[in-house]
Amino acid sequence: MATAASTEAMQLDQRGVGLDGDNAQFLSFILAGEHYGIDILRVQEIKGWTPVTRVPQTPQHMKGVLNLRGTVVPIVDMRMRFSLEEIEYTPLTVVIVMSVKSDTGERLVGIVVDAVSDVLNVPAENIKPTPDFGDKVSTEFINGLASVDDKMVMLLDVDQLFNTNELPAEEILEQVK
Amino acid sequence: MSSILAVDDSASMRQMIAHTLKGAGHDVTEAGDGEEALGKAKSGKFDLVVTDINMPKMDGITLIKELRALANYKGTPILTLTTEASADKKQEGKAAGATGWIVKPFDPDTLLNTISKVLK
Amino acid sequence: MAIDVSQFLQTFYEESFEGLDIMESGLLNLDGGSENSESINDIFRAAHSIKGGSGTFGLNAVASFTHVLESLLDEMRDGRRQITKEGVNLLLESVDCLREMLKASQGGDELDAQRIADVHGRLEAMWGKKEAASPVATASGADNESAASEANSGWDIKFSPFAYILKTGNEPARMFRELGELGELTVTVNTDKVPDFSEMDPDECFLSWDLKLEGNVKRSAIDDVFSWIEEDCDLKITPIASKPDTASQPAAASGPTAAPTSASARSGGATAEAASIRVGIDKVDSVINLVGELVITQSMLSTTGEAYPALQAGLAQLERNTRELQEQVMRMRMLPVSFVFNRFPRLVHDISQKLGKQIELKMSGEQTELDKTVIEKVTDPLVHLIRNSLDHGIEMPEDRRAAGKPATGTVWLDAYHKGGNIIIEVKDDGKGIDKSVVLAKAIERGLVDASVHLEDEQILDLIFQPGFSTAKEVSDLSGRGVGMDVVRRNIQSLGGGVEIRSKEGEGSTITVRLPLTLAILDGQTVEVGTENYIVPLVSIVESTQIKPEMLNYVAGKGETFMLRDEYIPVIRLYEIFDSKPRHTDITKGLLVVVESDGKKIGLFVDDLLGQQQVVIKSLETNYKKVDGISGATILGDGSVALILDIPGLIRLSQQNCNTDRLKMSA
Repeated sequence: MATAASTEAMQLDQRGVGLDGDNAQFLSFILAGEHYGIDILRVQEIKGWTPVTRVPQTPQHMKGVLNLRGTVVPIVDMRMRFSLEEIEYTPLTVVIVMSVKSDTGERLVGIVVDAVSDVLNVPAENIKPTPDFGDKVSTEFINGLASVDDKMVMLLDVDQLFNTNELPAEEILEQVK
Repeated sequence: MSSILAVDDSASMRQMIAHTLKGAGHDVTEAGDGEEALGKAKSGKFDLVVTDINMPKMDGITLIKELRALANYKGTPILTLTTEASADKKQEGKAAGATGWIVKPFDPDTLLNTISKVLK
Repeated sequence: MAIDVSQFLQTFYEESFEGLDIMESGLLNLDGGSENSESINDIFRAAHSIKGGSGTFGLNAVASFTHVLESLLDEMRDGRRQITKEGVNLLLESVDCLREMLKASQGGDELDAQRIADVHGRLEAMWGKKEAASPVATASGADNESAASEANSGWDIKFSPFAYILKTGNEPARMFRELGELGELTVTVNTDKVPDFSEMDPDECFLSWDLKLEGNVKRSAIDDVFSWIEEDCDLKITPIASKPDTASQPAAASGPTAAPTSASARSGGATAEAASIRVGIDKVDSVINLVGELVITQSMLSTTGEAYPALQAGLAQLERNTRELQEQVMRMRMLPVSFVFNRFPRLVHDISQKLGKQIELKMSGEQTELDKTVIEKVTDPLVHLIRNSLDHGIEMPEDRRAAGKPATGTVWLDAYHKGGNIIIEVKDDGKGIDKSVVLAKAIERGLVDASVHLEDEQILDLIFQPGFSTAKEVSDLSGRGVGMDVVRRNIQSLGGGVEIRSKEGEGSTITVRLPLTLAILDGQTVEVGTENYIVPLVSIVESTQIKPEMLNYVAGKGETFMLRDEYIPVIRLYEIFDSKPRHTDITKGLLVVVESDGKKIGLFVDDLLGQQQVVIKSLETNYKKVDGISGATILGDGSVALILDIPGLIRLSQQNCNTDRLKMSA
């Protein structure tokens, strides 16, 4: 399935739909039953989960690093990142490798999600601002909500997600043993 | 089409000369100093030599003298690249056996005009 | 013809900056008072090239500036002008100006026009001539302001070339061709001087010519035709007996410059340099990366291939070739340290003048090669060390004389290979370091306890502690808020180290140790629980299994063990890295004793695995700096292994002691 989604993404990209006027394209994935979307242009690769090398002195959600054709790429578990319930990895578990922009340039980051679902074509008018979810989900990393086929898709701001200090204060304290 | 040996220790000058001459359909060989030029001249036959005067290892004057001593280059046109500040260099070059000179700075057109005079 | 000369500008800038460096070091050589004619020739040649190029490539301001400079240098070279200290200083300033002008033209940097005009003015004043016209305008073959510019109906030309004319490559036929383009030409040959056939040298010319050139032709145009050979012939040019109507008519100018030439198609072909080519560092790095990949693939193949005897020979060959390829590719990144050293003569010259000190800089080993990145990163620390020597090390001349030393102090800068490392030594014969002052300061700052006895070298090492400075007053030169601690940290971040030795009254020596390259490392793989880490081989002192009696638990200092009269703190890697070890009993596993800058710690690991050369990958490229980890590498099976940061772990162990202390008091 992962492969199918990635091929589809490639084809759509080649047709140039992603660059069309008011339409934006997102790769959607599933996390604890919820749908999330990330800008398709940021997606480098979708691959099945393979064991990573754990990096000490890093937060729990930082699963470790992976060799991606000679580049060392950090892999982040999105369930842990969003403080959702942890589950066993299955054959469906996939890693989405994407590029993240920051002041210092572009970096590659892989995220572990439950499954990749679809490539979405979202007209701009279908994107709504983010309401306040209360404590359940941190909304600072969400750019907006898109409704697609009566589904609600949370559009992630990946730059924000990986550039804010990844360690909450409690976790930093926990690290210093 | 003629085969030309371009000698200058400045890479940018060399590039400019080579680019200009190649553009006019000539076959250009480059050398960065007199020694290198002499070696290349000996292993080939050039219809024209264009050389800077001030160069490390072997200067242009010595190069001209060495070339003129070779049977292959007795009558080959040799042009020196001189600056107006070194007017005496023109004559020094001549005395060593140069055919003539091109005054630096020059533009590509001047270069082409001058060499077309001496190429048969 | 459309040839855009700006395409050669980049090359011109690069070679000009190199030329300026040559000028600078040459001038500093002259400054040393040595009568070095080779130096002045090099300086002149560099200035000459910059002038020629700048004029050709349209940088007229640079050309006119260099013109004065070159004229001065020409006089110095010919011995027509004395080389004075003032002269050298002004020329050095000119070099700075030119560098600034070229940078401004290249990258649009700010230009201090005032300063440049000032230096230009002083250069002209020194030259003694205010030449209004800068002779830099685009070349036009020859000057057209010949005195005889009047036109008439034609010229009689008597042309008797000397016998050797053909040997200069000038053929009379060419002159005739050119004259023919100017007007109606009639040629009459005189053969009176031709010798008997038997005596004739085919390379000599025995003919002379009477030429009649009819038409409205400028005298200067004829002069142009003969300009190259005016000294190689007898030439008489007289106007044809004038007809009444030869009143000056405007001449149709058809000088050689206007003559059309074969239109030239632009060949896009890049020009190749014979001896070397310039390649962007990014290209080199991508080749290095690819070779790194190749090494990994090769090692994967040899692991898999072990089962197939038929493949062995081929795989062995592949391994040799890959290793050689990798070595060669790494060499592409290596540069001689002269790239850093070359700036120091100027630095020493300027600073010693400012301080009123007499200092000689002696450099050796400039050709020792180092990785480009190491060279770039070591520059600032070295500048700092040298400034320290100049500022705090070397005494004023009168103080030196009083101490019975020569008035001129010496700073030595030396680079050499030693055991897989590059050593750079900065040594001076100055006043050395007063250890009692250092100690007093350290106690005052609370860096050490007054009751603890310290060896001399331990006292000197205090200089590298954060926040330490022995300078009585903050000087303009070294006291820029950068301490020796920053120097040490910068050098450590390169995987190197720095040590100091000093003898009061005799001088100090600072030794900087650097790795040859940042790209490869010889590593020892260690096992910690289910994880493998790489320990840089250079930092390993020894590995040992310890006995219970060697152990010691010092309150406030944590776990230590005794190794040949030395207490060495233990770091249990599984604790720091929070992993599940096979052994928690310290006598069961292994202790890897590592050292950095004189401090040793014992790393407690489960086991030692193989040693291998690994390609270093940065964790920071895609993630961030992690405490205790200096980087990562990719193993033969494609998995990632982390490389331990030994200086970082030593710091971490000190922090641990502190938290231990906190725990115990709690």
